[in-house]
Amino acid sequence: MDLAATIVLNGLTLAALYFIVASGFSLIFGLMRVVNMAHGTLYLVAGYVGYRVFEPLYDADVWWAWYAGLAAGIVAAAVAGALLQWVLLSWMQGQELRQALVTIGVSIIVADQVLAIFGGTPRQFFAPDAIFGSTRVPFVGGYPTFRLVQIGIAIAVGIALWLVLNRTRLGMMIRAGVDDREMLGACGVNVPRVGIAVFALGAALCGLGGVIGSTAQPLALGQDGRFLLISLVVVIVGGMGSITGTAIGAILVGLAEQIGQAMFPTYSVILTFVIMVAVLALRPQGILGRA
Amino acid sequence: MTTTLTRRRALLGTAGIAAGLATPLAAPAIAQGAPIRLGGLTTLEGPFATGGQDAFRTVQMELERINYTVGGRRIEFIRESSNAQADVALARARKLIEQDNADIILGPLSGAEGIALRDYSRTLTGRTIVNGSSGASDTTLRNPSPNFFRFSTDGTQWMAGLGRYVYETLGVREVAVTAGDYAFPYAQVFGFNIEFCRLGGRVTQYWAPLGTTDFGAQIAQINRSSAGALVIVHGGTDGLAFMTQYAQAGGQKPLIAGSIMADQTMLAARGPHRRVMVGMVSGGPIADVIDDPDWREFVERYRRRWLNEGGFPSPSIHAVNYATNLWGILKALEAVRGDLSNNQQAFQRALAAAEFKAPTGANVKLDHNRQAISDIFLNRVEERDGRAQVVAFARANAVNQTLGLPEAQFLALGAPSRDNAGCVRPS
Amino acid sequence: MRSAAFRAIGALLLVAAPFLLLVVLPQNQALFWTANVLGRAIVFGIIALSLSFLATYGGFISLAQMMVAGSAGYAVAILVDGAVPTIVGGVPYALAMPIALVVATLMGLLVGAVAVRTRDIYLLMITLAVAMGVFRFVETNIAWFNGYEGIRNVVGPQLFGTDFRNPYVFYYVSLVVAALLYGGVLYLVRTPFGLVLQGIRDNDRRVAALGYSVKLHRIAAFGVAGFIAGAGGVLATIYNIGISPGTIGLGPTVNVLIMSVIGGLGHPAGAFIGSLIFTVFDTFAANIYDRDRFNTLIGLVFLVIVLVSPDGMVGLGTRLRSLLGARRAPQP
Repeated sequence: MDLAATIVLNGLTLAALYFIVASGFSLIFGLMRVVNMAHGTLYLVAGYVGYRVFEPLYDADVWWAWYAGLAAGIVAAAVAGALLQWVLLSWMQGQELRQALVTIGVSIIVADQVLAIFGGTPRQFFAPDAIFGSTRVPFVGGYPTFRLVQIGIAIAVGIALWLVLNRTRLGMMIRAGVDDREMLGACGVNVPRVGIAVFALGAALCGLGGVIGSTAQPLALGQDGRFLLISLVVVIVGGMGSITGTAIGAILVGLAEQIGQAMFPTYSVILTFVIMVAVLALRPQGILGRA
Repeated sequence: MTTTLTRRRALLGTAGIAAGLATPLAAPAIAQGAPIRLGGLTTLEGPFATGGQDAFRTVQMELERINYTVGGRRIEFIRESSNAQADVALARARKLIEQDNADIILGPLSGAEGIALRDYSRTLTGRTIVNGSSGASDTTLRNPSPNFFRFSTDGTQWMAGLGRYVYETLGVREVAVTAGDYAFPYAQVFGFNIEFCRLGGRVTQYWAPLGTTDFGAQIAQINRSSAGALVIVHGGTDGLAFMTQYAQAGGQKPLIAGSIMADQTMLAARGPHRRVMVGMVSGGPIADVIDDPDWREFVERYRRRWLNEGGFPSPSIHAVNYATNLWGILKALEAVRGDLSNNQQAFQRALAAAEFKAPTGANVKLDHNRQAISDIFLNRVEERDGRAQVVAFARANAVNQTLGLPEAQFLALGAPSRDNAGCVRPS
Repeated sequence: MRSAAFRAIGALLLVAAPFLLLVVLPQNQALFWTANVLGRAIVFGIIALSLSFLATYGGFISLAQMMVAGSAGYAVAILVDGAVPTIVGGVPYALAMPIALVVATLMGLLVGAVAVRTRDIYLLMITLAVAMGVFRFVETNIAWFNGYEGIRNVVGPQLFGTDFRNPYVFYYVSLVVAALLYGGVLYLVRTPFGLVLQGIRDNDRRVAALGYSVKLHRIAAFGVAGFIAGAGGVLATIYNIGISPGTIGLGPTVNVLIMSVIGGLGHPAGAFIGSLIFTVFDTFAANIYDRDRFNTLIGLVFLVIVLVSPDGMVGLGTRLRSLLGARRAPQP
C-alpha cells in the first residue's frame, strides 16, 4: 500500500517537473506557432549557466547559492530564447517548418558547444538545506522534501500562467494572437515585441525547469533530447497550446513512467508512447486541444 | 531536370579535386624510415565524452614521454572519435585504416563498439586493432578475431573477489542488485553472482533501462526489502542519479558497486551522493590509491601534465585502460624494433607474447584468445585529503576471463543476460 | 536535347566513378572512397530519398524515416543466418531481404496511419515522437532486438561468388538500387496516384471534393516511402555489419533530415546531393576543422542552408543558373 502511494507520489513529482518544462514549450507554440526544437537546449543552457554561478557560491558556503543558480539559469534561458526569436526566427514568421528547422540547427550547435565549454562530466545542484532531506508524508513515510517542493512550484507556475494569460494585458494580447495574429497587428499591437516577450517567458519557464530538474536529476548532455521529447509528448497528449492540457499531459506521462518502471521496468518507456498514439487515434488535437 | 544532373557532375568533380588534394599525404608507409601510423579511436562526442577525453590524455602523455618514438621509428598518432555508437565507431575505424593508412588502431571505448571493431578486424590483413577500454566479454571470449588484442580486462573479470568478500567478510547472505538493463552490467552482475551464489548467497535483481534518471520507485522497493547489502551496477548519469536519489531517500544499506560507479568520473561530480558513497566497496582494474610505486609515479605524472588542463585528480578507468593497451603496443613494437612488415606477423606474435606491468602495477599477459589475464583490485571509497578517493585494500592475482573456471564449463553457462545473470547455486 | 546529354554524362560518371578514383588516388584510398564515401552516401541518400519523396510530393516532413529504415535492418538482422546473437535465424538473405522490405512498408503505413490527421509541424512532432518511442523500445528490449548492444555480424549475401561487402559489389548494388528507386519515384509522381498526392499537398479539400480519399492516399505515400527507406535500411545494415539502437537514435534521425534539407527538399535528387555532402563532411571533419567539434560544423552548415537557401543546394543551383543564364526560360 505505502509502496503504491510512493509510486504515485513519485509520478506526480515527476509530472510537476515535466509540466514546468513543457508549459514553456506549449506557450511558445500556442502563440507563435513555432515548434521550438531547441527547447531541450534551453534546459541545458539554464542548467549549465546556473551551475557555473552556483558552484563557487556553494563552495563559499553561502546559503543562497542555489537561489542564485536558479536565477542565473532562468535569466540565461530567457535571454537565449529572446535572442533566438529576435535574431533568427522573427524574420521568417509564418514559415513554420523553416522555423522548426532553424531551431534544430541551433540545438545541434549549442549542445556541441556546451560539451566544448563545460565538458561531459554530469553535474547536479544540491538543494539548500531548507528543502533538502526528507519530510513525513501520510501513507508514504519519509519522502524527499525537494520533490514535494517541485509540486508546489509547478502549481505556482500553473496559477501564475493562468493569471498572466487571463488577467493581464500581455495575456490578452497572447490569447488574441492565438486566434488571429493579423488582426492583433491591425489593432496596433507591436506583434514582434510580443513575440520576443512570449519567447523569453517560455524559455524562462524551461530555465526554471532546467535548474529544478538538474537538482532532482543529474545534468548531462542527452538531457536536452530527453526533455524536448517529453515536451513534445506532453503537448501532443494534452493538446497544443492549452496550459490545462499541458498539466493533464504531464500528469499522465509522469505517472505512466513511474508506474511502468515499478511494474514492468523493461517496457516502461513504451507506456508513454502507447498513451500518445492512443490519444492521437482518438483525439488528434490532444485531450484539451482545439480541433 | 538539367539542373540536378549538372549538379551531380559538378559534385563528382569536387570530390575528385578534394581527393586529389589528399593524395600527397598518403604515400604507403612501408619504408623503415616512415613513421608508424597509430590510429586512436575514442568517444569524444555525446554523453560519454568525459571518459574519452581522459583516455586521450594518458595516450598523449605516454606518447610524449617516449617522444613519439619507439624501436627507432617515429609514431604518428591520428585521432578519431565516435559517439559510443557501433556504426560510428566502424565508420571511423574504416577511415583510419583505409583513408589514413593506420597500421594499428588503439580503441574503442565502449562494449558495442568493441564487438563491431572485432568483427571488422577479422576482415583485415596486416593491420591490428588493440582495444581501448571496451569491456564486453564476448569481444574476445566468443568468436575472437586473430587481429584483435586486449590488454585490459573485461567487465566480468572486474568483479573478481567481490562476491566472496560480501559473503565471507561482510557476512551478508542476501543482496539486492540494481543494474542497467544492457550488456555491460549483465557482465558485471554475472561476475559478482558467480562467486556470491556459489557460496550460497541469495540475490534479488532490479533492472532499469539505460537512461533511467528517476529511480524513485525502485529505491522504494529496495529500501523495503530484507537485503543485507545493495549492489549497484550503473554508470555515468544513471549512476549519479541513482546515488543522489538513494541518498535523498535516506538509504542505509551497505553499498557494493560495479567498476564504473567507484570512479573519478563519479566522485568528481559533487553532491550528496558522495556522502553515501564513502565506505562503498567495489571491484575493478584500478583505484585512485594503490600501494604501488609504479602507480604513484604514473598518477603523479598524470597530475603534473593534466590537472591544470581539465584532468581529474586521478586518472579514470578509461585513461588507465587506454594506457595499458598502449603499453602493450609499445612493448611489442620495441620487441620487433618497429618492424611491421610481412603483414605484421612478427608484431602480432610479439603482442601475443607481451608480458608487462600495467600503470596500476598489475601484471598483464594474454591468453590464447589474446585477452588479458591480469590483477583485479578490491576497493573502498575513503575520505582522504579532503576528497573522496577509491582506495585498493586487496588484490586478486592473475584473474582470467573465466574467473578460474575451466573454459568449457564457463562457456556452458552461456552469455550473461538478464535471464542468465550467473546466479548458479552449487548442486 | 541538352538535358538528355547531361543525364547520360551524369549516369556515366556515376558508373565509372570507382575507376576514375583509381586514376587519381592510390588504390586503398580509391577503395575507401568507393565504398565508404560514395557507397555510404548512396545508401543514406536512399533513406533521405524516402523523406524527400514525402516532402516534395506530399508536403510531409517525416522524422520517422530513419526508424523505418531501421525496422528493415532489424528484420534482416533478426532473420538471417550467422547474425550474433541469433534471434530467429535460419533464413537465407534471398528471403530475409524481401521480408525486410515488407516490414518497412508496413512500418511506413503504420507511421502514416498514426500521423494521418496531422500536417506540417504537427506531423514533424508526431513522427519524431513515434520514432523515438520505437527507438527506446528497441533499446530496452532484449528478447527481440538484443537491447543496447544490437545485433552484429550481418555480413550480407554472396553475390556472383563475391562477398557482398566487397567495395565494388557494394557500390554497384547500391547504385543500381538507388537508380531504380529514384527512377521509380520520378515515374510514380506522374501516375494518377502521384498526381493525387501532389493535389493533396497543394489543396487537400479540393482533392477530397473530387472524390479521392485523402487519408488512403496519404497512408499509401508513407507506405511507398517506407519501402524506399527499407531498401536503404537493409543496405546500411549490411554495410555496418549489423545494427544497434544507435542507428535509429535522435542523432541519425536528425541527420537524415539534415541531408535532405542540405540537398534540397524540392527535388528527390536533393537527397543524394545532401547525403554526399554530409558524408564528405562527416568523414573528413577531422581534416577540415576539428573532429571533436563535428556537430558544430555540420550544424552551422545546416543552419546556413536553412537561412540562405531553404530549398537547399538544388534550389541554390537553380537560382545561380537563372542568374547566370537569365535569358533561358525557367524550368517547370
